[in-house]
Amino acid sequence: MKKYSVFNLFTNALSYHENWQRAWRSPKPKSDYDVVIVGGGGHGLATAYYLAKVHGVTNVAVVEKGYLGGGNTARNTTIVRSNYLWDEAAALYEFALKLWEDLSQELNFNVMFSQRGVLNLGHTLQDMRDIERRVNANRLNGIDGEVLTPQQIQEIVPLLNCSPSSRYPVLGASWQPRGGTARHDAVAWGYARGADSYGVDLIQQTEVTGIRRENGAVVGVETNKGFIGARKVACVTAGNSGVVAAMAGLRLPVESRPLQALVSEPLKPCLDTVVMSNAVHGYISQSDKGDLVIGAGVDGYNGYGQRGSFNVVEHTVQAICELFPAFSRVRMNRQWGGIVDTCPDACPIISKTSVDGLFFNCGWGTGGFKATPGSGYVFADTVANNRPHPLAKPFALDRFYSGALIDEHGAAGVAH
Amino acid sequence: MLHIYCPFCREERDEEEFSYAGEAHIQRPLDPESLSDEEWGDYLFFRTNAKGIHHEMWYHIAGCRRYFNVTRDTLSYQILESYLISQQPGVRAKQTASAEQGEQPNAN
Ligand SMILES: Cc1cc2nc3c(=O)[nH]c(=O)nc-3n(C[C@H](O)[C@H](O)[C@H](O)COP(=O)(O)OP(=O)(O)OC[C@H]3O[C@@H](n4cnc5c(N)ncnc54)[C@H](O)[C@@H]3O)c2cc1C
Ligand SMILES: [Zn+2]
Repeated sequence: MKKYSVFNLFTNALSYHENWQRAWRSPKPKSDYDVVIVGGGGHGLATAYYLAKVHGVTNVAVVEKGYLGGGNTARNTTIVRSNYLWDEAAALYEFALKLWEDLSQELNFNVMFSQRGVLNLGHTLQDMRDIERRVNANRLNGIDGEVLTPQQIQEIVPLLNCSPSSRYPVLGASWQPRGGTARHDAVAWGYARGADSYGVDLIQQTEVTGIRRENGAVVGVETNKGFIGARKVACVTAGNSGVVAAMAGLRLPVESRPLQALVSEPLKPCLDTVVMSNAVHGYISQSDKGDLVIGAGVDGYNGYGQRGSFNVVEHTVQAICELFPAFSRVRMNRQWGGIVDTCPDACPIISKTSVDGLFFNCGWGTGGFKATPGSGYVFADTVANNRPHPLAKPFALDRFYSGALIDEHGAAGVAH
Repeated sequence: MLHIYCPFCREERDEEEFSYAGEAHIQRPLDPESLSDEEWGDYLFFRTNAKGIHHEMWYHIAGCRRYFNVTRDTLSYQILESYLISQQPGVRAKQTASAEQGEQPNAN
Protein backbone atom coordinates (compact mmCIF):
# COMPACT_ATOMS: atom_id res chain seq x y z
CA MET A 1 0.00 0.00 0.00
CA LYS A 2 1.38 3.39 -1.02
CA LYS A 3 1.27 5.68 2.00
CA TYR A 4 -0.58 8.96 1.73
CA SER A 5 1.81 11.77 2.63
CA VAL A 6 2.63 15.34 1.69
CA PHE A 7 5.57 14.02 -0.30
CA ASN A 8 3.33 11.65 -2.30
CA LEU A 9 0.81 14.39 -2.83
CA PHE A 10 3.58 16.49 -4.30
CA THR A 11 5.05 13.80 -6.58
CA ASN A 12 1.59 12.80 -7.81
CA ALA A 13 0.79 16.40 -8.57
CA LEU A 14 3.62 16.28 -11.10
CA SER A 15 1.70 13.63 -13.05
CA TYR A 16 -1.63 15.47 -12.66
CA HIS A 17 -2.85 12.97 -10.01
CA GLU A 18 -3.46 10.41 -12.71
CA ASN A 19 -1.21 7.70 -11.30
CA TRP A 20 -2.38 7.19 -7.73
CA GLN A 21 -2.50 3.57 -6.71
CA ARG A 22 -6.07 2.27 -6.39
CA ALA A 23 -7.21 2.28 -2.76
CA TRP A 24 -8.09 -1.44 -2.99
CA ARG A 25 -8.18 -4.27 -5.50
CA SER A 26 -11.36 -5.79 -6.95
CA PRO A 27 -10.46 -9.46 -6.77
CA LYS A 28 -12.39 -12.48 -8.00
CA PRO A 29 -13.54 -14.52 -5.01
CA LYS A 30 -11.43 -17.54 -4.13
CA SER A 31 -13.20 -20.83 -3.59
CA ASP A 32 -12.41 -20.93 0.10
CA TYR A 33 -11.62 -18.57 3.01
CA ASP A 34 -10.89 -18.85 6.71
CA VAL A 35 -13.45 -16.15 7.39
CA VAL A 36 -16.18 -14.69 5.20
CA ILE A 37 -17.60 -11.42 6.49
CA VAL A 38 -21.10 -10.72 5.18
CA GLY A 39 -21.69 -6.96 4.83
CA GLY A 40 -19.15 -4.35 3.78
CA GLY A 41 -20.28 -1.49 5.97
CA GLY A 42 -17.99 0.24 8.44
CA HIS A 43 -18.39 -2.52 11.02
CA GLY A 44 -17.70 -5.36 8.58
CA LEU A 45 -14.66 -3.62 7.11
CA ALA A 46 -13.29 -2.76 10.56
CA THR A 47 -13.74 -6.40 11.55
CA ALA A 48 -11.74 -7.49 8.50
CA TYR A 49 -9.02 -4.96 9.25
CA TYR A 50 -8.53 -6.03 12.87
CA LEU A 51 -8.76 -9.73 11.99
CA ALA A 52 -5.83 -9.24 9.65
CA LYS A 53 -3.86 -6.74 11.67
CA VAL A 54 -4.31 -7.93 15.25
CA HIS A 55 -4.94 -11.65 14.75
CA GLY A 56 -2.97 -12.36 11.58
CA VAL A 57 -6.07 -13.87 9.94
CA THR A 58 -5.68 -12.65 6.36
CA ASN A 59 -7.43 -15.32 4.33
CA VAL A 60 -10.61 -13.27 4.65
CA ALA A 61 -13.27 -12.02 2.26
CA VAL A 62 -15.79 -9.26 2.82
CA VAL A 63 -18.87 -9.95 0.69
CA GLU A 64 -21.02 -6.89 0.03
CA LYS A 65 -24.20 -6.87 -2.01
CA GLY A 66 -23.89 -3.23 -3.06
CA TYR A 67 -20.83 -1.05 -2.73
CA LEU A 68 -18.57 -0.66 0.30
CA GLY A 69 -20.03 1.55 3.00
CA GLY A 70 -23.25 2.10 1.03
CA GLY A 71 -25.60 0.94 3.80
CA ASN A 72 -26.25 2.77 7.04
CA THR A 73 -22.61 3.78 7.14
CA ALA A 74 -23.34 6.10 4.21
CA ARG A 75 -26.67 7.25 5.59
CA ASN A 76 -25.94 8.20 9.15
CA THR A 77 -25.52 11.59 10.77
CA THR A 78 -22.05 10.64 12.11
CA ILE A 79 -22.45 11.59 15.75
CA VAL A 80 -19.73 10.03 17.89
CA ARG A 81 -19.90 10.01 21.70
CA SER A 82 -19.56 7.55 24.55
CA ASN A 83 -21.78 8.92 27.32
CA TYR A 84 -23.91 5.82 27.80
CA LEU A 85 -25.49 5.05 31.16
CA TRP A 86 -24.58 1.47 32.03
CA ASP A 87 -21.04 0.22 32.69
CA GLU A 88 -21.12 -2.41 29.93
CA ALA A 89 -22.24 0.00 27.23
CA ALA A 90 -20.08 2.86 28.47
CA ALA A 91 -17.00 0.59 28.37
CA LEU A 92 -17.70 -0.51 24.80
CA TYR A 93 -18.45 2.95 23.40
CA GLU A 94 -15.58 4.56 25.29
CA PHE A 95 -13.21 1.91 23.93
CA ALA A 96 -14.42 2.89 20.44
CA LEU A 97 -14.04 6.61 21.17
CA LYS A 98 -10.43 6.06 22.20
CA LEU A 99 -9.79 4.26 18.91
CA TRP A 100 -11.38 7.15 17.02
CA GLU A 101 -8.94 9.56 18.61
CA ASP A 102 -6.02 8.27 16.56
CA LEU A 103 -7.81 6.45 13.77
CA SER A 104 -6.57 8.77 11.02
CA GLN A 105 -2.96 7.97 11.95
CA GLU A 106 -3.73 4.29 12.39
CA LEU A 107 -5.30 4.00 8.93
CA ASN A 108 -3.18 6.63 7.17
CA PHE A 109 -6.52 7.97 5.99
CA ASN A 110 -8.14 11.19 7.15
CA VAL A 111 -11.41 10.16 8.80
CA MET A 112 -12.02 13.80 9.71
CA PHE A 113 -12.81 12.98 13.31
CA SER A 114 -13.76 16.30 14.85
CA GLN A 115 -14.15 16.44 18.63
CA ARG A 116 -16.44 19.42 18.57
CA GLY A 117 -18.47 18.32 21.59
CA VAL A 118 -21.97 16.90 21.90
CA LEU A 119 -24.84 18.51 23.81
CA ASN A 120 -27.91 16.55 24.91
CA LEU A 121 -30.61 19.04 25.81
CA GLY A 122 -33.01 18.63 28.71
CA HIS A 123 -36.46 20.21 28.40
CA THR A 124 -38.25 18.87 31.46
CA LEU A 125 -37.38 18.24 35.09
CA GLN A 126 -37.34 14.52 34.40
CA ASP A 127 -34.94 15.06 31.46
CA MET A 128 -32.64 16.95 33.84
CA ARG A 129 -32.75 14.22 36.50
CA ASP A 130 -31.85 11.64 33.84
CA ILE A 131 -29.06 13.84 32.53
CA GLU A 132 -27.56 14.34 35.99
CA ARG A 133 -27.72 10.63 36.67
CA ARG A 134 -26.11 9.76 33.34
CA VAL A 135 -23.34 12.36 33.65
CA ASN A 136 -22.54 11.11 37.15
CA ALA A 137 -22.42 7.53 35.89
CA ASN A 138 -20.16 8.62 33.03
CA ARG A 139 -17.74 10.37 35.32
CA LEU A 140 -17.53 7.33 37.58
CA ASN A 141 -16.55 5.41 34.45
CA GLY A 142 -13.85 7.92 33.56
CA ILE A 143 -15.84 9.39 30.68
CA ASP A 144 -15.84 13.15 30.30
CA GLY A 145 -19.15 14.85 30.95
CA GLU A 146 -20.65 17.93 32.48
CA VAL A 147 -24.12 19.21 33.24
CA LEU A 148 -24.52 22.68 31.75
CA THR A 149 -26.90 25.50 32.65
CA PRO A 150 -28.89 27.35 29.99
CA GLN A 151 -26.43 30.28 30.23
CA GLN A 152 -23.48 28.00 29.52
CA ILE A 153 -25.35 26.37 26.63
CA GLN A 154 -26.18 29.75 25.14
CA GLU A 155 -22.49 30.64 25.15
CA ILE A 156 -21.63 27.47 23.23
CA VAL A 157 -24.57 27.69 20.81
CA PRO A 158 -25.57 31.33 20.31
CA LEU A 159 -28.26 30.43 17.75
CA LEU A 160 -30.15 28.11 20.10
CA ASN A 161 -33.41 29.49 21.45
CA CYS A 162 -32.83 29.33 25.22
CA SER A 163 -35.62 31.71 26.14
CA PRO A 164 -37.78 30.42 29.02
CA SER A 165 -40.91 31.11 26.99
CA SER A 166 -39.94 28.92 24.03
CA ARG A 167 -42.09 25.94 23.17
CA TYR A 168 -39.33 23.56 24.29
CA PRO A 169 -37.62 25.45 27.10
CA VAL A 170 -33.98 24.47 27.53
CA LEU A 171 -33.41 23.68 31.20
CA GLY A 172 -29.90 22.34 30.82
CA ALA A 173 -27.85 19.79 28.95
CA SER A 174 -25.23 17.13 29.22
CA TRP A 175 -21.99 18.03 27.47
CA GLN A 176 -19.36 15.60 26.28
CA PRO A 177 -16.47 17.67 24.90
CA ARG A 178 -14.65 14.65 23.44
CA GLY A 179 -17.67 13.70 21.35
CA GLY A 180 -18.17 15.01 17.84
CA THR A 181 -18.50 13.87 14.27
CA ALA A 182 -16.46 11.99 11.67
CA ARG A 183 -16.58 11.54 7.93
CA HIS A 184 -18.76 8.48 7.27
CA ASP A 185 -17.30 7.39 3.91
CA ALA A 186 -13.75 7.94 5.02
CA VAL A 187 -14.15 5.46 7.85
CA ALA A 188 -15.36 2.74 5.49
CA TRP A 189 -12.73 3.57 2.88
CA GLY A 190 -9.91 3.80 5.41
CA TYR A 191 -10.70 0.39 6.85
CA ALA A 192 -11.23 -1.06 3.37
CA ARG A 193 -7.85 0.19 2.17
CA GLY A 194 -6.16 -1.04 5.33
CA ALA A 195 -7.78 -4.49 5.15
CA ASP A 196 -6.94 -4.80 1.45
CA SER A 197 -3.30 -4.01 2.18
CA TYR A 198 -3.17 -7.09 4.44
CA GLY A 199 -4.58 -9.22 1.63
CA VAL A 200 -8.28 -9.24 2.56
CA ASP A 201 -10.48 -9.68 -0.54
CA LEU A 202 -13.21 -7.04 -0.80
CA ILE A 203 -15.93 -8.50 -2.99
CA GLN A 204 -18.60 -6.02 -4.01
CA GLN A 205 -21.85 -6.43 -5.96
CA THR A 206 -22.23 -9.92 -4.52
CA GLU A 207 -25.22 -10.80 -2.40
CA VAL A 208 -25.22 -13.60 0.11
CA THR A 209 -28.37 -15.65 -0.48
CA GLY A 210 -27.78 -18.63 1.77
CA ILE A 211 -25.62 -19.98 4.55
CA ARG A 212 -24.55 -23.56 3.91
CA ARG A 213 -24.19 -25.78 6.97
CA GLU A 214 -23.10 -29.35 7.54
CA ASN A 215 -23.52 -31.15 10.87
CA GLY A 216 -24.46 -27.95 12.69
CA ALA A 217 -21.42 -26.00 11.45
CA VAL A 218 -21.08 -23.47 8.65
CA VAL A 219 -19.16 -24.48 5.56
CA GLY A 220 -19.70 -21.37 3.45
CA VAL A 221 -22.12 -18.95 1.86
CA GLU A 222 -24.23 -19.13 -1.26
CA THR A 223 -24.11 -15.95 -3.29
CA ASN A 224 -25.69 -14.74 -6.49
CA LYS A 225 -22.28 -15.38 -8.04
CA GLY A 226 -21.77 -18.87 -6.69
CA PHE A 227 -20.72 -20.69 -3.54
CA ILE A 228 -17.83 -19.42 -1.38
CA GLY A 229 -16.43 -21.82 1.20
CA ALA A 230 -15.63 -20.58 4.72
CA ARG A 231 -14.68 -22.05 8.07
CA LYS A 232 -16.28 -19.07 9.80
CA VAL A 233 -18.99 -16.68 8.67
CA ALA A 234 -19.34 -13.32 10.41
CA CYS A 235 -22.53 -11.41 9.61
CA VAL A 236 -22.52 -7.63 9.93
CA THR A 237 -25.58 -6.72 7.92
CA ALA A 238 -27.39 -4.11 10.05
CA GLY A 239 -31.06 -3.82 8.99
CA ASN A 240 -30.90 -7.03 6.98
CA SER A 241 -29.61 -9.14 9.85
CA GLY A 242 -32.95 -10.82 10.40
CA VAL A 243 -33.04 -11.89 6.77
CA VAL A 244 -29.49 -13.24 6.91
CA ALA A 245 -30.16 -15.04 10.19
CA ALA A 246 -33.16 -16.76 8.63
CA MET A 247 -30.78 -18.20 6.00
CA ALA A 248 -29.28 -20.24 8.80
CA GLY A 249 -32.65 -21.06 10.35
CA LEU A 250 -32.14 -18.58 13.20
CA ARG A 251 -34.20 -15.76 14.58
CA LEU A 252 -32.84 -12.61 16.23
CA PRO A 253 -34.40 -10.23 18.74
CA VAL A 254 -34.11 -7.36 16.25
CA GLU A 255 -36.73 -5.46 14.32
CA SER A 256 -35.90 -3.45 11.23
CA ARG A 257 -37.17 0.08 10.86
CA PRO A 258 -36.38 3.10 8.74
CA LEU A 259 -34.48 5.97 10.32
CA GLN A 260 -34.28 9.21 8.39
CA ALA A 261 -31.96 12.13 7.97
CA LEU A 262 -31.87 15.23 5.84
CA VAL A 263 -29.34 17.89 4.86
CA SER A 264 -29.73 21.51 3.90
CA GLU A 265 -28.04 23.64 1.29
CA PRO A 266 -24.51 24.62 2.39
CA LEU A 267 -24.35 27.61 4.74
CA LYS A 268 -21.54 29.68 6.20
CA PRO A 269 -20.25 28.18 9.48
CA CYS A 270 -22.89 28.81 12.16
CA LEU A 271 -22.97 25.71 14.37
CA ASP A 272 -19.67 24.30 15.61
CA THR A 273 -20.95 21.58 17.90
CA VAL A 274 -23.54 18.80 17.92
CA VAL A 275 -26.95 19.52 19.48
CA MET A 276 -29.24 16.63 20.30
CA SER A 277 -32.65 16.56 21.88
CA ASN A 278 -34.24 13.25 22.67
CA ALA A 279 -37.42 14.85 23.91
CA VAL A 280 -38.22 16.52 20.60
CA HIS A 281 -36.69 13.82 18.38
CA GLY A 282 -34.16 15.94 16.59
CA TYR A 283 -30.45 16.38 16.40
CA ILE A 284 -28.32 18.65 14.31
CA SER A 285 -24.76 19.50 13.36
CA GLN A 286 -23.05 21.29 10.50
CA SER A 287 -20.81 19.42 8.10
CA ASP A 288 -17.48 20.77 6.93
CA LYS A 289 -19.14 21.45 3.58
CA GLY A 290 -21.61 23.72 5.40
CA ASP A 291 -24.78 21.64 5.19
CA LEU A 292 -26.91 21.34 8.27
CA VAL A 293 -27.15 17.62 8.97
CA ILE A 294 -30.42 16.78 10.70
CA GLY A 295 -31.41 13.42 12.10
CA ALA A 296 -35.04 12.48 12.59
CA GLY A 297 -36.76 9.83 14.66
CA VAL A 298 -37.25 6.21 13.78
CA ASP A 299 -40.50 5.06 12.16
CA GLY A 300 -43.11 3.67 14.49
CA TYR A 301 -43.40 0.35 12.65
CA ASN A 302 -41.24 -2.27 10.93
CA GLY A 303 -40.18 -1.58 7.37
CA TYR A 304 -37.52 -2.30 4.83
CA GLY A 305 -38.39 0.50 2.39
CA GLN A 306 -35.42 2.82 2.61
CA ARG A 307 -37.35 6.07 2.84
CA GLY A 308 -39.34 6.46 6.06
CA SER A 309 -42.57 8.21 6.90
CA PHE A 310 -43.04 11.83 6.04
CA ASN A 311 -44.74 12.74 9.30
CA VAL A 312 -41.60 11.71 11.20
CA VAL A 313 -39.46 14.17 9.28
CA GLU A 314 -42.11 16.81 9.66
CA HIS A 315 -42.07 16.52 13.48
CA THR A 316 -38.29 16.75 13.55
CA VAL A 317 -38.16 19.81 11.34
CA GLN A 318 -40.82 21.50 13.46
CA ALA A 319 -38.70 20.89 16.56
CA ILE A 320 -35.51 22.10 14.89
CA CYS A 321 -37.24 25.32 13.84
CA GLU A 322 -38.43 25.89 17.40
CA LEU A 323 -34.95 25.33 18.78
CA PHE A 324 -33.20 27.29 16.03
CA PRO A 325 -35.59 29.95 14.74
CA ALA A 326 -32.76 31.22 12.50
CA PHE A 327 -32.91 27.99 10.49
CA SER A 328 -36.59 28.28 9.65
CA ARG A 329 -35.93 29.53 6.14
CA VAL A 330 -33.03 27.24 5.29
CA ARG A 331 -33.81 25.07 2.28
CA MET A 332 -33.37 21.34 2.53
CA ASN A 333 -31.45 19.60 -0.22
CA ARG A 334 -31.86 15.89 0.34
CA GLN A 335 -33.68 13.44 2.60
CA TRP A 336 -33.16 9.69 2.91
CA GLY A 337 -33.69 6.70 5.14
CA GLY A 338 -31.66 3.73 6.28
CA ILE A 339 -32.95 0.48 7.74
CA VAL A 340 -31.80 0.14 11.32
CA ASP A 341 -31.83 -3.07 13.34
CA THR A 342 -33.37 -2.11 16.66
CA CYS A 343 -32.94 -4.30 19.73
CA PRO A 344 -35.32 -4.52 22.71
CA ASP A 345 -32.70 -2.96 25.02
CA ALA A 346 -31.19 -0.51 22.49
CA CYS A 347 -27.86 -2.33 22.72
CA PRO A 348 -26.02 -4.33 20.07
CA ILE A 349 -25.65 -8.07 19.69
CA ILE A 350 -22.06 -9.26 19.31
CA SER A 351 -22.30 -12.98 19.56
CA LYS A 352 -21.63 -16.55 18.61
CA THR A 353 -24.74 -18.47 17.59
CA SER A 354 -26.05 -21.98 17.97
CA VAL A 355 -24.49 -22.77 14.57
CA ASP A 356 -20.76 -23.52 14.89
CA GLY A 357 -18.62 -20.92 13.15
CA LEU A 358 -21.50 -18.51 12.60
CA PHE A 359 -21.24 -15.11 14.30
CA PHE A 360 -23.43 -12.03 14.36
CA ASN A 361 -22.65 -8.40 15.00
CA CYS A 362 -25.88 -6.43 14.70
CA GLY A 363 -28.61 -4.68 16.63
CA TRP A 364 -26.71 -1.39 16.63
CA GLY A 365 -29.94 0.20 15.57
CA THR A 366 -29.95 3.95 15.45
CA GLY A 367 -26.51 4.49 16.94
CA GLY A 368 -23.74 2.20 15.76
CA PHE A 369 -21.60 4.52 13.68
CA LYS A 370 -19.87 5.88 16.76
CA ALA A 371 -18.88 2.35 17.71
CA THR A 372 -17.42 1.34 14.33
CA PRO A 373 -13.77 0.96 15.39
CA GLY A 374 -14.57 -0.68 18.73
CA SER A 375 -17.20 -2.95 17.25
CA GLY A 376 -14.78 -4.18 14.58
CA TYR A 377 -12.04 -4.68 17.16
CA VAL A 378 -14.02 -6.76 19.65
CA PHE A 379 -15.85 -8.69 16.95
CA ALA A 380 -12.60 -9.63 15.21
CA ASP A 381 -11.30 -10.87 18.55
CA THR A 382 -14.49 -12.83 19.16
CA VAL A 383 -14.39 -14.46 15.72
CA ALA A 384 -10.66 -15.19 15.77
CA ASN A 385 -10.70 -16.82 19.21
CA ASN A 386 -14.14 -18.39 19.09
CA ARG A 387 -15.11 -16.82 22.41
CA PRO A 388 -16.44 -13.38 23.32
CA HIS A 389 -14.01 -10.52 23.79
CA PRO A 390 -14.42 -9.33 27.42
CA LEU A 391 -16.06 -6.08 26.26
CA ALA A 392 -18.41 -8.01 23.96
CA LYS A 393 -19.42 -10.64 26.50
CA PRO A 394 -22.38 -8.75 28.01
CA PHE A 395 -23.71 -8.23 24.47
CA ALA A 396 -24.08 -11.90 23.59
CA LEU A 397 -27.43 -13.34 22.54
CA ASP A 398 -27.83 -15.22 25.82
CA ARG A 399 -28.81 -12.00 27.58
CA PHE A 400 -32.27 -12.37 26.08
CA TYR A 401 -32.62 -15.69 27.90
CA SER A 402 -30.93 -14.77 31.17
CA GLY A 403 -32.73 -11.43 31.34
CA ALA A 404 -29.49 -9.48 31.80
CA LEU A 405 -30.56 -6.76 29.38
CA ILE A 406 -28.61 -3.52 29.22
CA ASP A 407 -31.31 -0.89 28.97
CA GLU A 408 -29.84 2.05 27.09
CA HIS A 409 -33.09 3.54 25.87
CA GLY A 410 -32.34 6.69 27.82
CA ALA A 411 -28.81 7.29 26.55
CA ALA A 412 -29.47 5.94 23.08
CA GLY A 413 -32.50 8.18 22.86
CA VAL A 414 -34.32 8.39 19.60
CA ALA A 415 -31.42 7.80 17.38
CA HIS A 416 -27.72 8.43 16.79
CA MET B 1 -48.16 8.11 4.96
CA LEU B 2 -50.05 4.87 5.40
CA HIS B 3 -53.81 4.78 5.04
CA ILE B 4 -55.09 2.15 7.40
CA TYR B 5 -58.55 0.65 7.34
CA CYS B 6 -60.02 0.30 10.81
CA PRO B 7 -62.47 -2.63 10.86
CA PHE B 8 -64.37 -1.01 13.74
CA CYS B 9 -64.70 2.49 12.34
CA ARG B 10 -65.09 0.96 8.87
CA GLU B 11 -63.01 3.69 7.36
CA GLU B 12 -59.56 4.36 6.01
CA ARG B 13 -57.70 6.84 8.20
CA ASP B 14 -54.24 8.40 8.23
CA GLU B 15 -51.38 6.58 9.88
CA GLU B 16 -51.06 9.31 12.50
CA GLU B 17 -54.34 8.26 14.12
CA PHE B 18 -52.85 4.85 14.88
CA SER B 19 -50.02 3.41 16.83
CA TYR B 20 -48.18 0.24 15.99
CA ALA B 21 -48.45 -2.57 18.50
CA GLY B 22 -45.99 -5.16 17.20
CA GLU B 23 -46.20 -8.53 15.53
CA ALA B 24 -49.59 -10.22 15.57
CA HIS B 25 -50.55 -13.80 16.51
CA ILE B 26 -48.05 -14.13 19.35
CA GLN B 27 -49.88 -16.06 22.01
CA ARG B 28 -49.22 -15.58 25.67
CA PRO B 29 -47.95 -18.89 27.06
CA LEU B 30 -50.81 -20.93 28.48
CA ASP B 31 -48.70 -22.44 31.22
CA PRO B 32 -46.06 -19.83 32.12
CA GLU B 33 -44.76 -21.84 35.09
CA SER B 34 -43.51 -24.62 32.88
CA LEU B 35 -41.62 -22.44 30.43
CA SER B 36 -37.85 -22.70 30.09
CA ASP B 37 -35.70 -19.56 29.93
CA GLU B 38 -35.31 -20.13 26.20
CA GLU B 39 -39.04 -20.27 25.68
CA TRP B 40 -39.59 -17.11 27.75
CA GLY B 41 -36.85 -15.26 25.87
CA ASP B 42 -38.36 -16.35 22.60
CA TYR B 43 -41.84 -15.24 23.57
CA LEU B 44 -40.69 -11.86 24.90
CA PHE B 45 -37.99 -10.74 22.51
CA PHE B 46 -37.67 -12.77 19.31
CA ARG B 47 -39.73 -11.72 16.32
CA THR B 48 -39.97 -12.78 12.69
CA ASN B 49 -39.07 -9.28 11.47
CA ALA B 50 -40.29 -10.31 8.04
CA LYS B 51 -39.09 -8.62 4.88
CA GLY B 52 -42.29 -8.85 2.88
CA ILE B 53 -45.65 -10.05 4.17
CA HIS B 54 -46.05 -9.22 7.86
CA HIS B 55 -48.99 -9.64 10.23
CA GLU B 56 -49.07 -6.89 12.80
CA MET B 57 -51.29 -5.27 15.40
CA TRP B 58 -52.42 -1.66 15.20
CA TYR B 59 -54.18 0.42 17.82
CA HIS B 60 -56.62 3.10 16.70
CA ILE B 61 -55.45 5.37 19.46
CA ALA B 62 -56.93 8.64 18.19
CA GLY B 63 -60.13 6.96 17.08
CA CYS B 64 -62.11 4.08 18.51
CA ARG B 65 -59.17 3.01 20.71
CA ARG B 66 -59.44 -0.60 19.66
CA TYR B 67 -56.83 -3.10 18.47
CA PHE B 68 -56.95 -5.03 15.22
CA ASN B 69 -54.60 -6.83 12.86
CA VAL B 70 -53.21 -5.73 9.54
CA THR B 71 -51.34 -7.68 6.87
CA ARG B 72 -48.75 -5.38 5.30
CA ASP B 73 -45.83 -5.81 2.95
CA THR B 74 -42.86 -4.32 4.81
CA LEU B 75 -40.97 -3.75 1.58
CA SER B 76 -43.63 -2.05 -0.56
CA TYR B 77 -45.67 -0.87 2.47
CA GLN B 78 -48.82 -2.00 0.71
CA ILE B 79 -51.58 -2.90 3.16
CA LEU B 80 -53.29 -6.07 2.06
CA GLU B 81 -56.02 -6.46 4.66
CA SER B 82 -57.32 -5.45 8.07
CA TYR B 83 -58.95 -8.10 10.24
CA LEU B 84 -60.01 -8.79 13.78
CA ILE B 85 -57.59 -10.10 16.39
CA SER B 86 -59.68 -13.24 16.71
CA GLN B 87 -59.40 -13.99 12.99
CA GLN B 88 -56.70 -15.59 10.90
CA PRO B 89 -55.10 -13.63 8.05
CA GLY B 90 -56.44 -14.15 4.53
CA VAL B 91 -53.11 -13.35 2.92
CA ARG B 92 -49.95 -15.23 3.89
CA ALA B 93 -46.31 -15.12 2.87
CA LYS B 94 -45.21 -17.75 0.41
CA GLN B 95 -43.35 -20.44 2.31
CA THR B 96 -39.64 -20.40 1.64
CA ALA B 97 -37.79 -23.63 0.94
CA SER B 98 -36.14 -23.71 4.34
CA ALA B 99 -39.41 -22.99 6.12
CA GLU B 100 -41.00 -25.96 4.36
CA GLN B 101 -38.26 -28.17 5.66
CA GLY B 102 -39.26 -26.98 9.09
CA GLU B 103 -36.00 -25.11 9.60
CA GLN B 104 -37.49 -21.73 10.20
CA PRO B 105 -38.76 -21.64 13.77
CA ASN B 106 -42.40 -20.90 14.24
CA ALA B 107 -43.46 -17.29 14.59
CA ASN B 108 -45.42 -17.96 17.74
C1 LIG C 1 -30.43 8.17 9.22
C2 LIG C 1 -29.47 7.51 10.15
C3 LIG C 1 -28.75 8.26 11.06
C4 LIG C 1 -27.85 7.68 11.94
N1 LIG C 1 -27.13 8.47 12.77
C5 LIG C 1 -26.18 7.93 13.57
C6 LIG C 1 -25.34 8.78 14.36
O1 LIG C 1 -25.45 10.01 14.32
N2 LIG C 1 -24.41 8.19 15.16
C7 LIG C 1 -24.26 6.84 15.22
O2 LIG C 1 -23.43 6.37 15.98
N3 LIG C 1 -25.03 6.00 14.45
C8 LIG C 1 -25.97 6.52 13.62
N4 LIG C 1 -26.76 5.70 12.83
C9 LIG C 1 -26.59 4.24 12.94
C10 LIG C 1 -25.40 3.77 12.12
O3 LIG C 1 -25.51 4.25 10.79
C11 LIG C 1 -25.32 2.26 12.07
O4 LIG C 1 -25.48 1.70 13.35
C12 LIG C 1 -23.98 1.79 11.54
O5 LIG C 1 -23.59 2.55 10.41
C13 LIG C 1 -24.05 0.33 11.17
O6 LIG C 1 -22.89 -0.03 10.46
P1 LIG C 1 -22.81 -1.42 9.79
O7 LIG C 1 -21.50 -1.52 9.11
O8 LIG C 1 -23.15 -2.46 10.78
O9 LIG C 1 -24.04 -1.42 8.76
P2 LIG C 1 -24.15 -0.95 7.24
O10 LIG C 1 -23.30 0.21 6.93
O11 LIG C 1 -25.61 -0.84 6.94
O12 LIG C 1 -23.53 -2.20 6.48
C14 LIG C 1 -24.22 -3.41 6.30
C15 LIG C 1 -23.92 -3.87 4.91
O13 LIG C 1 -24.40 -5.19 4.73
C16 LIG C 1 -24.78 -5.33 3.39
N5 LIG C 1 -25.64 -6.50 3.26
C17 LIG C 1 -26.87 -6.69 3.79
N6 LIG C 1 -27.36 -7.89 3.45
C18 LIG C 1 -26.41 -8.48 2.67
C19 LIG C 1 -26.32 -9.74 2.00
N7 LIG C 1 -27.33 -10.63 2.06
N8 LIG C 1 -25.21 -10.02 1.29
C20 LIG C 1 -24.18 -9.13 1.23
N9 LIG C 1 -24.22 -7.93 1.84
C21 LIG C 1 -25.31 -7.61 2.56
C22 LIG C 1 -25.46 -4.02 3.09
O14 LIG C 1 -25.50 -3.76 1.69
C23 LIG C 1 -24.60 -3.01 3.85
O15 LIG C 1 -23.61 -2.39 3.06
C24 LIG C 1 -27.67 6.27 11.94
C25 LIG C 1 -28.39 5.48 11.02
C26 LIG C 1 -29.27 6.09 10.12
C27 LIG C 1 -30.01 5.24 9.13
ZN1 LIG D 1 -61.22 2.66 14.75
